[in-house]
Amino acid sequence: MNARRERLQVVGLEQIGPYGLIRLERGDLETGVAGQFFMLEAPGRVLPRPMSLCRAVSGELQFLVDPIGPGTRALCALARGDAIHVFGPLGNGFDLDVRRPLLVAGGIGIAPMPYLAESLGGAPAILGFRSHRHAEAAKLLPGAVAVVEPRLVTELLPDDPGDVLACGPEPMLEVLRTLVRGAQLAWEAPMACGYGACYGCVVERDGRYVRLCVEGPILQDAA
Amino acid sequence: MTTAGTPPILNASGCLDALTAPRVAQRLDAFVTKTVTPLPRDGNPPPRIAETECGMLNSIGLQNPGIDAFVRDNLPLLAELGVPVWVSVGGFSADDYALVCTRLDECADVSTIELNLSCPNVEEAAETAAELVAAARRATTKPLYAKLSPATWDVAESARAVGSAGADGLSLVNTLRGLGFDRASGQPLLARGAGGYSGPALRPIALACVDACARAVALPIVGMGGVGSGRDVEDFVSAGAGSVALGTIFFSDPWAPDRIRSELEAAGGSDAEEVPGRVSESVA
Repeated sequence: MNARRERLQVVGLEQIGPYGLIRLERGDLETGVAGQFFMLEAPGRVLPRPMSLCRAVSGELQFLVDPIGPGTRALCALARGDAIHVFGPLGNGFDLDVRRPLLVAGGIGIAPMPYLAESLGGAPAILGFRSHRHAEAAKLLPGAVAVVEPRLVTELLPDDPGDVLACGPEPMLEVLRTLVRGAQLAWEAPMACGYGACYGCVVERDGRYVRLCVEGPILQDAA
Repeated sequence: MTTAGTPPILNASGCLDALTAPRVAQRLDAFVTKTVTPLPRDGNPPPRIAETECGMLNSIGLQNPGIDAFVRDNLPLLAELGVPVWVSVGGFSADDYALVCTRLDECADVSTIELNLSCPNVEEAAETAAELVAAARRATTKPLYAKLSPATWDVAESARAVGSAGADGLSLVNTLRGLGFDRASGQPLLARGAGGYSGPALRPIALACVDACARAVALPIVGMGGVGSGRDVEDFVSAGAGSVALGTIFFSDPWAPDRIRSELEAAGGSDAEEVPGRVSESVA
């Protein structure tokens, strides 16, 4: 683990549909492997918020945030010139050694996909969103095929999907877990520390609780 | 690590894992383990944590590998940290506490035993805190710290009782039981319902407990509960604590021990220079 903590300045904030794309100076932090995450200080809150890296371009770290609670709303209310503490990269990213990648994302699960696609040198992607406004985020992933509810992203899965790398809501991940053995799935859990300190973010795997921040957030069942 | 005028800084049990963040643990004056019980425990089902307006709730449920695996696998690694190792001990009866303390008594790498007498997230032992301390006292000659709950009608009386039973010091305080609800579903935020409430909101309560106990007994006190700054440490020292432990602050700032020492030194008139924005070293 080469996670470091630094106070980084906000260089811009873009609105993409209902989401906020927070652009931070990169400082001396490593960008890590796609699917790893960073703990972002949420101004005025007790706990930081875990966010996977969306894009790493021109000396910036960019995070796509869905303002659904007090912490994510505080993050989306940041303005250019503000500064927040950022700690990362943390956890285990996607295994990039895949032959036929297919990126699958639902809603804000698109967040790690642009950096993942770039790391893979491009990859086909299918996306699902709950509304056309949310689907504006599809522009972060040029060439991706997107559907809007009531259609579900899992309806777009080909018969032979190849190496699935996915991020999205739990029901979507559970379906993929059933349909695609060996899929790499990015899970989510309420998290306090992000570095194994608190045992708060456990999920059950093989009859035991594992810390998602240490053993995840990417988990893969045997193919 | 301690500099003149700076009280020793520890971690609160369960708020730092020295095996995943050894470099952070090495910045402490002593590392306190997560609570160890006689048998392995899976802990409570998720969700286990939730943020509230002024603190956080947790219900981890003493997830730990049990005393055998702890002594065999974890303790040798903790001994390599180069800082004194305090082991937090828990259980569900006086016999449990005695069993774990008997095992730890044989371990040269254990400097101090902290008795977790007040975990809000598991069923409590039937015996009183004093009876649990007495059982532990018979099992070990190592220094014994009794960790007390703030949720008692008279914490000073508890302090006198555990002191009489053989405690060498007090850890004040454990989390306070709290409950929060998800506003959309109306369901509790934590799977188990209530959990332990920690963070800044706990601080005035902890200070009152430290103050009351310091007036009641002559035992050394580790003060904890919402410590997040040098000023907070000064408050705990004013209340009667000889050392402090950091808990929830570790979740937002792994390097809080260094920052707090700098703040204390700056407040003491030294020329410690604050370097905002400087990148930290790696925690592992």
